[in-house]
Amino acid sequence: MRTDAQPRVAAGPDGRPPFAETAYGRRKLRQESAARAVFLAMTLLMVAPLVAIVAHLVVEAWPALSLEFLLDVPRNRMTEGGIWSALVGTIYLVAISLAVAAPIGVLAAVYLNEYAKDTWFNRIINLAVINLAGVPSIVHALFGLGAFVYAARFGFSVMAASLTLAIMTLPVIIASTREALAAVPTAFREACWNVGASRWQTIRGVVLPNSISGILTGIILQVSRAAGETAPVMFTGAVLYKAVERGSLFPYYLDDQCMALSMHLYVLTTQVPNVAHAIPYATAVVLLGSVLLVNAAAIGLRVWLRNRKRW
Amino acid sequence: MIREPITAPGPGRRHRRSFWSLLGEQAVEAAIRLSGISAIVFVLAIFFFIFREAAPVLFSEQFDPIEFLFSVQWYPTSAVDVRYGTLALTAGTAGVTLLAMALAVPFGLGAAIFVSEFCGPRVKETLKVVIELLAAIPSVVWGFVALTVLSRLMVEYTSAPVGVNMLNGGIILALMSVPIIVSIGEDALRAVPDSYREAAVAMGATRWQLVFRVLLPAARHGLLAAVLLGVGRAVGETMAVLMATGHAVHVPHGILDSVRTLTANIAAELGEAPAGSEHYRILFLTGIQLFAITFAVNLAADLVVRGTRRR
Repeated sequence: MRTDAQPRVAAGPDGRPPFAETAYGRRKLRQESAARAVFLAMTLLMVAPLVAIVAHLVVEAWPALSLEFLLDVPRNRMTEGGIWSALVGTIYLVAISLAVAAPIGVLAAVYLNEYAKDTWFNRIINLAVINLAGVPSIVHALFGLGAFVYAARFGFSVMAASLTLAIMTLPVIIASTREALAAVPTAFREACWNVGASRWQTIRGVVLPNSISGILTGIILQVSRAAGETAPVMFTGAVLYKAVERGSLFPYYLDDQCMALSMHLYVLTTQVPNVAHAIPYATAVVLLGSVLLVNAAAIGLRVWLRNRKRW
Repeated sequence: MIREPITAPGPGRRHRRSFWSLLGEQAVEAAIRLSGISAIVFVLAIFFFIFREAAPVLFSEQFDPIEFLFSVQWYPTSAVDVRYGTLALTAGTAGVTLLAMALAVPFGLGAAIFVSEFCGPRVKETLKVVIELLAAIPSVVWGFVALTVLSRLMVEYTSAPVGVNMLNGGIILALMSVPIIVSIGEDALRAVPDSYREAAVAMGATRWQLVFRVLLPAARHGLLAAVLLGVGRAVGETMAVLMATGHAVHVPHGILDSVRTLTANIAAELGEAPAGSEHYRILFLTGIQLFAITFAVNLAADLVVRGTRRR
């Protein structure tokens, strides 16, 4: 024990008040604010790009942005006009892929969280989920091409592209649903079992109603992820251009090829010469804007439901 | 076997659930179990279908695995001398990933420390939302930004002859993998017990010392997992690197060289390779290569995380 540190705290014989600043204390404070500043700068450097990118894109896109841009189809070899055909194609792909992935993902999460015991088999399932989440999107594209387009004979179609997207979003839906299910206290389940309910009755009556908000948030977040993916749809069903009527709501069949917003942006930037300057920017803004809106909505929903939670 | 849960055991009167209700429950539970194993089925299916497309060339006589892995000559469409050596592509992937991590790891961990240790709850919530939004930006939008904005800045401020190069791709990939590093890193820091912090502060440590002497060592496994997941994301990213890194297939000599990565190579050439041709099958083989790399990285991350949990 060091005893010579004591005079620093008590009033010293030199008449300095107790708890006065010492050189050591000042150095500590300086060090602390320096640390704070460094980490703050690092954080800001990470946040700044988001703001800068969105601002720049919106400024460049401004001349082209209008309701007409959304509703019109690409014209004059895609150098003018709007993005309706791509927009509606993306909506199709996302809706079908989630209609497939959401039920399977939720049920799989229910199995993993409510039924599975800690056996080697279930550990392998966990490992599979983690690895499925890490598979690169271009590998999903190869899989979709080999499995759905050729082996299952769907051809290049909305169906093949949606199923490829579905398998890509599945592991994330499983993970987020599991988290939501795990947040329901075990005591709720035990209370339900104790009045004689079976396992499934407990899940339907207690677990799912109490976790539905978290499950929905996870699924909504996948809407934006599926909408933004390019590589998996590029080789399984999305095409450069497809003639569609302006504002038509049902332009594609399941075995048709379709346009997709993300791929449209890629094509406009890299493969179409002489596009009006603002059009690729406007396409990027629509894609980015809808993705960020969907995400903001999911985050808002999560906050709102968290505040309403009774436990 | 159909179990009969005892419900409402009144004197002399036992309520029985109807046959259909019990059958329905069995059906639902079967569906849940089936979905539960879906993840394994899909991982195996991905491997099977990609392998099936690649197998004919893999087992053909003129295929040389040494040349495939370690030759830098990639001339898939040459009329006289077709060569499939992927070393230049692997080097491209490694180079871009290393560059991205050199930028993303310090900033990502710095931001994770700031979010976890240096700011109040309100700022923390805001920053987490911003990070989530940053993670949601589609890769094709990042690619668009790389191609339009960043490449212009490259030509203006560096001596690079073309704006699309390794540095451009590295910066974009860094921005894309930072959110993952921040959110997983923040989880890891939050998992350090508060008693560690209290002990350090009680000993008179500054926040700087607290971070470097206590938190970083205590959370090192979780932080390593965060970095590994960032690497996994960077290796697997396709569209952004396709648009940002240029298209030169060669081993890079400096950070301003154009390169091509494994992922971008598949995306660039799959559309032109006729189905069933040797080139097409070789591209599937590079898909397996990529699958193996990301599998190893994700498995490592999972093992690291599991190691911390068991301690």
